Amino acid sequence: MTTATYADTSVTVDDEGFFTDPGQWTEPMAEQIAREQDIATLTDRHWTVIHFMRAEYAAKGTGPTVRILGKTSGVSVKELYQLFPKGPAKTAAKIAGIPKPRGCI
Amino acid sequence: MDKSIVILGSGTAGTLTANRLRRTYDERECRITVVDQNDDHVYQPGLLFVPFGLAEPHALVRPRPRQLLDGIAYRSAEIDRVDLTADRVHFTDGTSLGYDVLVVATGASLLPEETEGLTGPGWGEKVHTFYDLPGAVALHQALERFEGGRVVIDVVDLPIKCPVAPLEFAFLADWYFQRRGIRDRVELTYVTPLDGAFTKPVAAKALGGLLKEKGIELVTEFALGEVDGTGGRLVSYDEREVPFDLAVVVPLHGGAEYVDRSPGLGDELGFVPVDRHTLQHPDHPHVFAIGDAAGLPASKAGSVAHFEGEVLAHNIGRFLAGKPLDASFDGHTNCFIETGFHKALLIDFNYDTEPLPGHFPGALGLPLLKESRANHLGKLAFEWLYWHSLLPGRELPGIGSAMPEHGKTHTPA
Ligand SMILES: Cc1cc2nc3c(=O)[nH]c(=O)nc-3n(C[C@H](O)[C@H](O)[C@H](O)COP(=O)(O)OP(=O)(O)OC[C@H]3O[C@@H](n4cnc5c(N)ncnc54)[C@H](O)[C@@H]3O)c2cc1C
Repeated sequence: MTTATYADTSVTVDDEGFFTDPGQWTEPMAEQIAREQDIATLTDRHWTVIHFMRAEYAAKGTGPTVRILGKTSGVSVKELYQLFPKGPAKTAAKIAGIPKPRGCI
Repeated sequence: MDKSIVILGSGTAGTLTANRLRRTYDERECRITVVDQNDDHVYQPGLLFVPFGLAEPHALVRPRPRQLLDGIAYRSAEIDRVDLTADRVHFTDGTSLGYDVLVVATGASLLPEETEGLTGPGWGEKVHTFYDLPGAVALHQALERFEGGRVVIDVVDLPIKCPVAPLEFAFLADWYFQRRGIRDRVELTYVTPLDGAFTKPVAAKALGGLLKEKGIELVTEFALGEVDGTGGRLVSYDEREVPFDLAVVVPLHGGAEYVDRSPGLGDELGFVPVDRHTLQHPDHPHVFAIGDAAGLPASKAGSVAHFEGEVLAHNIGRFLAGKPLDASFDGHTNCFIETGFHKALLIDFNYDTEPLPGHFPGALGLPLLKESRANHLGKLAFEWLYWHSLLPGRELPGIGSAMPEHGKTHTPA
């Protein structure tokens, strides 16, 4: 476990850079994390996904997979890849300040 | 007590659950009804061998009702929906059935039409799946005609039944083409959405090593967006391409369709959420799910259904007696992995423990995570055990629900 600084605040992250405590996240941090992921600006569509990720995490204790995002967030899988080219579930989880989504077995 | 237990689905999990319950409780204690939409029980692990001519399709099929012990009612009907407020199951023929306890064991269904182009031009010709019997038979014919080129094995996304089966297919394909003397004319590629050959790090390393040894290319983190059957290309959402002359695709899986039509029963993918230890539905205490139908962080495998069955039969008894549930499933999974050349690997793990090296079920048992002839014989013996021991709901000697610890080496991942 290490720390990272976003919006002048120190937060704890895991080895891959995912927040370990989603409570430490604030909206201003998202833009900076997004730029680290090569996303220049966050559009309304990005924010739809980010808010959805956080709500899902709060309800279920894990972020959704891409397939579930595509079925339930109102953003299709195709568009999710346009918004978050490096892998929507992981990138959006990182920007949304939640732990890495647990995949299936 | 005269209670009615209704079991939806008479595949591996439903059949073994009915038989286990019947062995434990007599007919005065509870009535057991099992429902299925068709009467052919397919031994699904055998589907892996059909494409290579190593299993005869008709030998894998037996009548469902004949696998049930006396005193179990069998009903041939298609489920339309479950009404959880009225405790009734509705069938597509307009009839219905009430229950005191409901067990959902309707497995996972294949959803090839959910992937763009997968069932389009080339489906059944250049693009195949071996995950159902007609598909496995068609693939056998395609392989027999194949004289060289690029063969691609692709897993669209997880969860899938038997997550090791596509890897086994790749290993057996290498062996098959060698036996035919054309391996040097075949390029084999294994394409996965995961970041390695398998989900669990220790096993991913061992299995990834085997792919390399056998000259099978590994393409990771590939999220299949489109199949171009005419052009012979798999295209990912991030616009990478994998060309093929023959594609073997494991399609998306979801729960049975009626689950979506039954408010409150399933999750987004149509699987039934249950407590990972007791198998009980979180909102409906008299509803349980077992096998592939259950939305659990465990593999979808017959062996898992077997281990869950022991826990479920016990917990249903406790539930009917009004006592707290005390049996706990630990996520135990046990898979033989065929690697060709009369050899196989064995992995054994649970929710908390990675597949580890060592021996199973104890120090003198079968080698874990290592290729051996003994494991191959174990895989072949599984078919007999399936029909004669697992489905009838008997205990397999020395192999209980809880994952054995003896004989395992705890090396860090
Ligand atoms: C290629 C392949 C290889 C495999 N290899 C292995 C292996 O080596 N080892 C291992 O342990 N497992 C293996 N498996 C997995 C194993 O076969 C499954 O995990 C197991 O069959 C799950 O049992 P189940 O009862 O949950 O589902 P199923 O056996 O699929 O049964 C579900 C039943 O529900 C019925 N049903 C569904 N919908 C309805 C409806 N609406 N109305 C009425 N009935 C309905 C279906 O007809 C079916 O009979 C393999 C699977 C495949 C595909």
